[in-house]
Amino acid sequence: MTSVIADTPIASAGPGAHLVARARWRWPEVLLWLFAIALIWIAPSRYLLFNEIAILALLALSIDLVLGYAGIVTLGQGAFFGLGAYTAGLMAKHGMGTFPWSDPVLGLIGAALVAGFIGFLSSFLVLRGSDLTRLMVTLGVALIVQELGNKLEWITGGADGLQGVLPAPILGLFDFDIYGRNAYLYSLCTLFVLFVIARALVNSPFGLSLRAIKGNVTRARAIGIPVERRLVVIYTVGAAYAGIAGALLAQTTQFVSLDVLSFERSADALLILVFGGVGTLYGALIGAIAFKAMYDVLASATPEYWGFWLGLALVLLVLFARGGIMGLLRALQERFARPRAERT
Amino acid sequence: MLTILFDGIAYGLLLFILAVGLSITLGLMNFINLAHGAFAMAGGYITVVMVNRLGLSFFWSLPAAFIITAALGAFLERTLYVRLYDKSHLDQVLFSLGLIFMSVAAVDYFMGANQQIVNLPPSLDGRLQLFGASIGYYRLFVIILCSLLTIALQLVLTKTRFGSQLRASVDDQRVARGLGIDVSRIFALTFAMGSGLAGLGGALATPFFNIDPTFPLKYMIYFLIVIAVGGTTTIIGPFFSALLLGVADIAGKYYVPAIGGFIIYTIMVAVLIFRPQGLFGRVTSR
Repeated sequence: MTSVIADTPIASAGPGAHLVARARWRWPEVLLWLFAIALIWIAPSRYLLFNEIAILALLALSIDLVLGYAGIVTLGQGAFFGLGAYTAGLMAKHGMGTFPWSDPVLGLIGAALVAGFIGFLSSFLVLRGSDLTRLMVTLGVALIVQELGNKLEWITGGADGLQGVLPAPILGLFDFDIYGRNAYLYSLCTLFVLFVIARALVNSPFGLSLRAIKGNVTRARAIGIPVERRLVVIYTVGAAYAGIAGALLAQTTQFVSLDVLSFERSADALLILVFGGVGTLYGALIGAIAFKAMYDVLASATPEYWGFWLGLALVLLVLFARGGIMGLLRALQERFARPRAERT
Repeated sequence: MLTILFDGIAYGLLLFILAVGLSITLGLMNFINLAHGAFAMAGGYITVVMVNRLGLSFFWSLPAAFIITAALGAFLERTLYVRLYDKSHLDQVLFSLGLIFMSVAAVDYFMGANQQIVNLPPSLDGRLQLFGASIGYYRLFVIILCSLLTIALQLVLTKTRFGSQLRASVDDQRVARGLGIDVSRIFALTFAMGSGLAGLGGALATPFFNIDPTFPLKYMIYFLIVIAVGGTTTIIGPFFSALLLGVADIAGKYYVPAIGGFIIYTIMVAVLIFRPQGLFGRVTSR
């Protein structure tokens, strides 16, 4: 991370130049996104899988903002995912498939607002205490929301799930087709827009102040960073992101079950992020791809023992490969980049 | 009313035996071991195998559950856990989550996903009428056994040399090490004991809950609540918080079933807001 400053000559141009340099797009990033679009033609039969990957990636991205940049260990991101899913689902259901309320984009905004609001409220609980306290508070909030979803049957449909979620065509133009192509494109576009925003956010002075907090709270406070306010903001943003991910799931699968609130989903998303690499943003995307690919191979044989392989991968990851996939890639890149730098 | 109180106390004491190991390891090594419930599950399944498959007495399965899970705990501590003490909390959480997933799938593989029912021996089956309350023999047995264990634990902690070394290590690990206390040996022993108690608790819990492979996940939050409310500096704190939780949970589910599930979570969040160190915890400067 520090090598970026040393390698780029414009680092000496001014205090903001370092951030500008980091915010520049690099060709592997562009390639990755082009590849995501090209998948429409490469593998037309697997839209549903790609759609799922995009949604999981967005959820993992929301955790990366909270955990990777602000250092808040959370096990409860599923609560916001579920809130978003129910918000969008209910809007689509009661809007009867007509423009204002059933519009998917409005549904996303509604989901972001609801999840963000609840995230804002619960962020004050998260501010307090140690990692363990945060872990339990996030888990506790998630369990309360899950219990609410179960008990408020007249709103959520309870254990039967919310049925009759029929979103209107996207922006009144593109209908959700049965193959899921538009659904995938819709999720991908949403993911891209939110990714660009997140990328700008973490490469801004705001993002740097978050890293300072993650690094050392006392020091961050001493240099005048309003720690509480920063954490509230990023936790709220993370919750809104997770809400949008949930909304995407509700709209593209046209069904919401209690499953969206489950602990397993929060845990899975956390694992995806760790697989991919924490604090890199791209870790969320690559982790989601790797996770689903692994799932496809291992769980298709014996779905009930998938948990074993997942657990094993986690244990090995913690013991031996701390940076996740992004960490490995970075290590490779450094190995190849060094000789070239010496030659020039 | 009395019946509920009685059931609540039995449940609370059981929770204490299940969670006390977690409390001590957390206080001692600052290690977040979410997989503690996996040891309890191991104890439960040892009972299932011994009673249902091998036809042995339920009473024999209890010490067996303790010894086998304690050995398992000691083995895992020496081989795996010991590498994680100096890692970040996130790593510890991920690692223990991984262990949970593995244990759930492994038990599913060997024992099947359905609930296992252990039949009580005839001497513990049945109920007793006392002061208008209907008291199950088994609950009485659990209460007596857990109380004895609690007293024994407290005596070990306060009266023995090992206990004082342990308390010294919890209070300040560095100073304890400096005084020549072998903290890592203490910790291995404590971890084994905590795991063994969890296994015993799991064995005792099986006739109550009918164990299934998702046990570690389902009860993880209960253990965490006991610790969160009770604090990690003593075992008296977790003891009272487990009793409180047991009674509140049973009474809540009985009197107000519609919101019964919320009560304990709300208590936990409230306690964490107003007293982050736990209801009975001391404020430490660490």
